[in-house]
Amino acid sequence: METFLGLDYPTWWFLVVGGLFSGYAILDGFDFGAGAWHLFLKKENSRRIALNAVGPVWDGNEVWLVIGGGALFAGFPVMYATMFSSLYVPFMLFLLFIIFRAISIEFRGKEPMLWWRKLWDICYSISSIMLAFLLGVVLGNVLQGIAIGENYQYQGGVLFEFLNPYALMTGFTTLSLFMAHGAIFLLLKTEGRLFAKLTRLLKRGMIFFMVSFAVTTLYTLIYIPHLSDDFKSNPSLFIIPLLTFLSIANVPRLAEKRKYKWAFLFSSLTIAFLLVLVAVELYPVLLRSTIDPMYNIDIYKAASSTKSLQIMMVIVAIGTPLVLFYTIFVYKTFWGKVKLDETSY
Amino acid sequence: MFSFLLLKDKTLSMETEILARIQFAFTVAFHYIYPPLSIGIGLLLVIFESIYIRTKNQTYHKLARFWTKIFALTFGIGVVTGIVMEFEFGTNWAVYSRYVGDVFGSALAAEGIFAFALESGFLGILLFGWNRVKPWVHLVSTIGVFLGSMFSAIWIVVANSWQQTPAGFHIVGEGMDARAEITDFWAMVFNPSSVDRLTHVWLGAFLAGAFLVLSVHAYYLIKGKYVEVSKKAFKIALVVATVFSLGQLFTGHQSADGVAENQPAKLAALEGHFEASAPADMYILGWVDKENQEVSGIKVPGGLSFLLDYDFDAPVTGLNAFPEDERPSQINAVFQFYHIMVAIGMALIFLTLFASFLWWRGKLFDKKWLLWIFVFAVFLPQIANQVGWFAAEMGRQPWVVYGLLRTNEAFSQAVSDNQIMFSLILFFLVYALLFALFIYLLHKKIKHGPYEESESDDTPFGGTLTHMIN
Repeated sequence: METFLGLDYPTWWFLVVGGLFSGYAILDGFDFGAGAWHLFLKKENSRRIALNAVGPVWDGNEVWLVIGGGALFAGFPVMYATMFSSLYVPFMLFLLFIIFRAISIEFRGKEPMLWWRKLWDICYSISSIMLAFLLGVVLGNVLQGIAIGENYQYQGGVLFEFLNPYALMTGFTTLSLFMAHGAIFLLLKTEGRLFAKLTRLLKRGMIFFMVSFAVTTLYTLIYIPHLSDDFKSNPSLFIIPLLTFLSIANVPRLAEKRKYKWAFLFSSLTIAFLLVLVAVELYPVLLRSTIDPMYNIDIYKAASSTKSLQIMMVIVAIGTPLVLFYTIFVYKTFWGKVKLDETSY
Repeated sequence: MFSFLLLKDKTLSMETEILARIQFAFTVAFHYIYPPLSIGIGLLLVIFESIYIRTKNQTYHKLARFWTKIFALTFGIGVVTGIVMEFEFGTNWAVYSRYVGDVFGSALAAEGIFAFALESGFLGILLFGWNRVKPWVHLVSTIGVFLGSMFSAIWIVVANSWQQTPAGFHIVGEGMDARAEITDFWAMVFNPSSVDRLTHVWLGAFLAGAFLVLSVHAYYLIKGKYVEVSKKAFKIALVVATVFSLGQLFTGHQSADGVAENQPAKLAALEGHFEASAPADMYILGWVDKENQEVSGIKVPGGLSFLLDYDFDAPVTGLNAFPEDERPSQINAVFQFYHIMVAIGMALIFLTLFASFLWWRGKLFDKKWLLWIFVFAVFLPQIANQVGWFAAEMGRQPWVVYGLLRTNEAFSQAVSDNQIMFSLILFFLVYALLFALFIYLLHKKIKHGPYEESESDDTPFGGTLTHMIN
C-alpha cells in the first residue's frame, strides 16, 4: 500500500476526518451547550443576549458538520453508507432537531408576545439538548459496535436498540461536556448579572460532566474491554488519557481564577483529547460488528481508492489554510461581549 | 404509530424504493427553492453594494441592506435543508453511496471545503458586520459569500452530471463490492454534461433571484411606496433578468445537444419520440400516449431534427431503439415537465424584452398591469427550475448512474419502508413549518421595507435595548 510520510492514505484520511469531527464538536459543541442552558436563563434580556452570542456563528459551525460528513462520504464511503443507513432513525431525528433549532432561532425574535418567545425558547433549548445527546448516543453505539452482518447489512433494531445503557451514558457525557463548554463560551460573551448567573451554572455543568464522565469511564473499563486493549498492549499510549485528565482538571482551575479565555481553550482541548482517545480506541476499525469481527468495517475496507484519497488530500491541503484564515477573521470581527443592535435576533 | 420502532424484521419491497425516491424528491425539491434564490440575490447584492461603494449613494446602501436580510432567510433555510440532503445519500441510498463514493466524494469534499466554508465564513460579516468592518471589507465578504454559493453549484452539478454522463473512472470489484473508482479527476469534473448543465443551473439561479427582486419592487411601485429606491432596483434587476433569460436560450440549447449525444433515451422521452430512427418533431405542447406510442398536440414537424442537426429530415434515435428496461417509465411526465420549462423560458424572454422596450421608450413604470405581471412572475423561474430538474432526473431513469447502476438496486437495504414512512411524515410536517416560516418572514420583511428608520419596529424590545446597551 502506498504511503505518504510513513503513513498509508486511509490512515491519513482517518486523521483528516477525526480533525474535522473534533473541529465540529468544539464549535457546534459550544452553541448546542449554550442552547441547552437557555431555559435556565429567566430574563428576556438574558435570553436575547445568549441567543445573540451564538447568532453570528451557529450556521458557520454547522458547516463543519457538512464538511465532516462530506469527508466521511468521500474517504470512507462504506462507513458513511453503513453508519447512516444503520442508525437511520437516530440520524433522522438529529436532522429534524437541526432544522427545528434553526427555526426556533429565526422565529423567536419576530413577535413580541411572551407566549411566542417562550414557545421558541423551549423548542430551541430542547433541540439543542437533544442534538448534543444524540451525537453522544451515536458515538456510544460506534464505540460498542452494532449488528452488522454480511454485505454491510445492519440486522438490528430500529431505535430502542441504540438507546442501550452505554449509549445513554455517552449521550449524557456529551451533553454535559457541551453544557460546560457552552457556559464558558457564554461567559466570554456576557457581563453583569447574567455573567454572575452563568458562573454558577458553569459550576453545576462541570459537576454534571465529572459525574457522567467518571461513570462512563468506569463502565467502559469494566464492561467494554475491547476499547482499552490498545492501551494495555502499548503503554506509551497512556499519555493520551493522562493529557485528557489534566486538561479536564485544568478547566475548573482556570474557571476558579476567572481566566475564561484559557478555560475555553482547555475545554476545547478536552473535547479534542476525548476524541483522540476515541480514535485510538477504534483505530483501525471504524465500526465494529457485534455479530462477527469479520464483518468489522475498518479503514482499509471502508476507504476510497488511493488515487481518490490523494486527490482529496490535495483539496484539504489547499482548502484548510483558507478555512482557518476566514474562520479566525470572522471570530476576530465578533470578538468580545455581545452588543445588541438592529441586526440582532 | 411508533410500534414499528420495536420491530426487528425488515420488509423490503418495491415500496421501499418508491418511498425512498419520494422522500429524496420531496426533500431535494424543497431544498432547491432556496439555493437558487441565494445565488441570484447574491449577484444583485454584489451589484448594489459595488454601486454604493463607487457612488456613495445611500439608496444603494439601503437596497443592499434590505436584500441582505432576505438573503439571510433564503441562505439559512438552504443550509439546514442542505444538511438533510448530504446525509440522505447515506441513510436512504447506501448502495449508491458505496458505489459512487470514490468518485462523487472528491466533488463533495471540494464543495464542503471550498464553497460552503467560504459562504458560511463570510456570511456572519455580511449579515452582522455592517457596523463592524470597513465598507470595502464588507463588500469583499459579500463577494465571498456570492462566490461560495456559485462554487457550491459547481460541485453539486458536477456530481449530478457525473451520474448523467459518467467519465474519468473505472469499475472495480463485483456484486455488492463493485464500485466506481476515480482514474482522472479532471475528466470526472469536466464530464461531457457538466459545463452545459452548470451554466444552465447558474443562469436559472440568477433568474430566480432577479425575478424576486423585480416582484418585490414592482409591488412597492404599485403601492407607491419606496418609489425612488424601487425604480433603481427594478431597472438593475431587469437588466440581469433580460440578459440571463436570453442566455438560457443558449445554455438550454447546449444542454439539449449534450443530452442528444450522451443520453439519447432521455432526449427521446423529452419529446416523446418513439420510432427507433426517424425524423423527430418538436412539440409546443402535447400529450404522450405511451401505450399507443403516440403524441397528440401542436408540433413543428421535424423540429427536433432541425434543432440538433439543422436538417428537418435528420433521423433521431427514438425510445424503441432501447430495451424496455432501459427507458424512462414516466414518459409523459418527463415530456410535460420539459415542455413547461421551455414554455416558461420563452415567456421570460418575451416579458423581459417587452419591459426593456418600454424602458427604452421611457414608459417602463407607466403600466400598472405590467408591474402586476412582474409581481407574480416570481413563480415562473422557480417552477422552471423545479420542472427542469424533474425532467432531468426522471429522464435519467431507470438509472441512478446512467448505464451503470439502477435506481432499484441503489437504495438502503437495511432501511424498511416503515422507517421511511416515519421520516417522510416528519419531514413533511417540519418542512411545512419551515415553509410557513419562510413565507411569514418574507412577508414581514417585505412589509417592513428597505428603509432603516423604522427598524426598531421589527423587534419591539430591540429598540430600547440597543439604546440601553450603547
